[in-house]
Amino acid sequence: MFSRLLMIPLVPLLGAAYLILFGRRHSRAAVQTIATLAVFASCVISTDAFFFGLRDSAHGGGISELVYSWFSAGNVVVDLSLRMDALSGLLCLVVTFIGTLIHVYSAGYMAHEEDYPRFFAYLNLFCGAMLILVLGDSLPVVFIGWEGVGLASYLLIGFWYKEHANASAGKKAFITNRIGDFGFLIGMFLLFRATGTLDIPAILDSAKSGGVLAAPLWLGQPVAFWAGVFLFLGAAGKSAQIPLYVWLPDAMAGPTPVSALIHAATMVTAGVYLVARMSAVYMLAPAALAIVAIVGALTALFAAIIGFAQNDFKKVLAYSTVSQLGFMFVGVGTGNFAGCIFHLFTHAFFKAGLFLCAGSVMHAMSGSGDITKMGGLAARLPWTTRVFQICWLAICGVPIFSGFFSKDAILDGAFATEIYGHGLTWVGPLVGGLLLLAAFGTAFYMSRLYFLVFSGPCRADEHVEHHIHESPASMVFPLVVLAAGAVLAGFAGIPPAIRELFGKYGESTMAVWLEPAVGAPLEVSHRTEWLVMGFATVVALGGIGLAYVFFGGGYRAPARAFAKKMPGLVALARDKFRVDELYAAIIIRPLQALCRIVFLVIDRIVIDKILIGGWAFLADLGGRICRFVQVGDVQRYLAVFAIGFAVLVWVAARPAAPDVQIVIEGNNVAVQLVDAEADGGNLTYGFDFDGDGTPDRMGPTPLARWIYGGPDRYTITITIRDERWHTQRTIKRDIEIR
Amino acid sequence: MPGYLYILVSLALFFIGTTGVLLRRNALFVLMSLELQLGAGSLALLTFARGLGDQKGHVVAFFLMALAAAEAAVGLAVVVSVYRTNKTIDLDGVNELRN
Repeated sequence: MFSRLLMIPLVPLLGAAYLILFGRRHSRAAVQTIATLAVFASCVISTDAFFFGLRDSAHGGGISELVYSWFSAGNVVVDLSLRMDALSGLLCLVVTFIGTLIHVYSAGYMAHEEDYPRFFAYLNLFCGAMLILVLGDSLPVVFIGWEGVGLASYLLIGFWYKEHANASAGKKAFITNRIGDFGFLIGMFLLFRATGTLDIPAILDSAKSGGVLAAPLWLGQPVAFWAGVFLFLGAAGKSAQIPLYVWLPDAMAGPTPVSALIHAATMVTAGVYLVARMSAVYMLAPAALAIVAIVGALTALFAAIIGFAQNDFKKVLAYSTVSQLGFMFVGVGTGNFAGCIFHLFTHAFFKAGLFLCAGSVMHAMSGSGDITKMGGLAARLPWTTRVFQICWLAICGVPIFSGFFSKDAILDGAFATEIYGHGLTWVGPLVGGLLLLAAFGTAFYMSRLYFLVFSGPCRADEHVEHHIHESPASMVFPLVVLAAGAVLAGFAGIPPAIRELFGKYGESTMAVWLEPAVGAPLEVSHRTEWLVMGFATVVALGGIGLAYVFFGGGYRAPARAFAKKMPGLVALARDKFRVDELYAAIIIRPLQALCRIVFLVIDRIVIDKILIGGWAFLADLGGRICRFVQVGDVQRYLAVFAIGFAVLVWVAARPAAPDVQIVIEGNNVAVQLVDAEADGGNLTYGFDFDGDGTPDRMGPTPLARWIYGGPDRYTITITIRDERWHTQRTIKRDIEIR
Repeated sequence: MPGYLYILVSLALFFIGTTGVLLRRNALFVLMSLELQLGAGSLALLTFARGLGDQKGHVVAFFLMALAAAEAAVGLAVVVSVYRTNKTIDLDGVNELRN
């Protein structure tokens, strides 16, 4: 059966498999063509499915396909089924569209690298896994994609594995994500235990009806709360939120196109997507949403502050990604799923654009990303500069550009949300305020980046400066497309207040689009909207202005004065608040110490010395003892044989053990030996009832009776003697007279 | 002469034979002691056969004679073979299986 949805992830996966197996036989041109076409094909299919399949489908449900029934065990049935609705369809488009652009860009960027096929194979693998994650209609299927993108991310961060730092950055990303995955799994199990299914639509239906998911589980909180919190732990791992954000800045060790695609535009938004996908579950637990929102807001602000003092182009962008993901989590955390997905959508364009600009700049600067050694690139890299300007204004939230609308949607949601019950109403304004601060910070550090890189005189070495050149067309083309996206994407979500000015009423296009998948958009009064827009614009322009005062045309006097006045603060921000060191001190080092103890005590002593050495010692000892018997002297063997034979004869000559039947009636006891050997009257049976050591009854009959004096416990001793061989057998039986 | 005296003679012969097999150093003497044990067995069989009036014991005694002859032949061949490899038939010197 031709399955349209299955083809979307399958084509890139097949591309990956082909390139891994046969990529080395092809030229570079063939490799990049195969990889790019694979993703482009999946982009075309997604577009077709999105614009035609979705339109034809019954309103809201989207289209779903059962590929095959994966497994069923007991009452667990897991289908490999895919679903495209407005939410997953939008993500599909983003992944395949930006994925295609980045494949094109990589062709230029990686042109001089070895291992060309491997790079493109991993890139295709990532796209396939990400599409499985997005399209999966059942939590285990989503989890496969979730792990698949983690794997691809690990492989690509450590792509230049010959340098130890790169390999360990990949490892750090993978391990940090494992902590999140544990949360994902627990959340999944909780949902399964409560609803008995892992099917996402079934879980969401169950959540919409309240029921089992609203039942309290622990500490007075419902199942939905705990499932939500644990799923959020998974989301925080994948989407780099406090406390698991530390891997993302290190992940910049990978090639820049990878940073753009995986660690900015798509994979890191998987956590946001997961929470939005499970929106109905979260709506049952406002407290879980409050946690999501607060963590998101704190991450947004914290990462922005770290971004102030970073001196590596890609690190600044990495912290900016962490910060923007924080914005998105505030979006979901305030129940503003449409706003959040809108920001995810616009962010994918301008952040991918910024990263690709970073790649272009580093390409020009002979691979260095140190912004203290840049400056004045505007004249030398005209295309890159223009694209960067657009994306920069977009991320700062300057009106007209896409970031303005999407950030505005999130801020609106934060200030207008009413999903928190009493006692938690402070969460909305709090996170809104934090986000305004973070937006100010974003504008500041992004403008700092822009001014230090593109304005003023060049601070690079002479021979590096001599080398500066604009990137080839294959790199510039994706940049231009992304810049166009960074402007135009915002128009999908023009807020109602502005729409009214143009004579259109109702919610934004994006919100209407997403309504069937994530629920109705928040109601925001026009007054709030205008206020928020005003504040956001002021904050954005203020941040840019402050950055100009500090860094316009290079390091200016106020920047130097500030750094001189507060060296500690600047150093603290530059050292990322030493969170890595904190984790090293409280988690990694104790863990390593524990491992060392386990190694020294359990491995070295218990296993090596006792369990392995001990058995070897016993075997050796046994051998040494047995060796004394093996004297090699035939006569001694014979002697042992003779003794053994004699013993056997004696044993065989003993009377066989008969069945003893004891019948107790009151004080009367009858003992009978069944199957006793009555061999020519040669056996003598003795019965000692009273336990005095001498038989009370004796004779050739295997039967005896006795009358006891009263209730007690007695022991009957029966001796069977063979008079021919003078052997005997003794049997004891305990009886109780009641 | 009561039957049990034959049995006692048989036992004595078997005991002497066993002692010889276990204690003699020379392989030839060991073989001879083995013959004594076989003779003791034959004697016991004949005694019981006569006592019980059963002919089977006699038959087995005949078989035992043939067995003894075969055993002597094989045993002597083994002794010759041992002598060729070890240049001795003293059993204390034949201990290749040691340890």
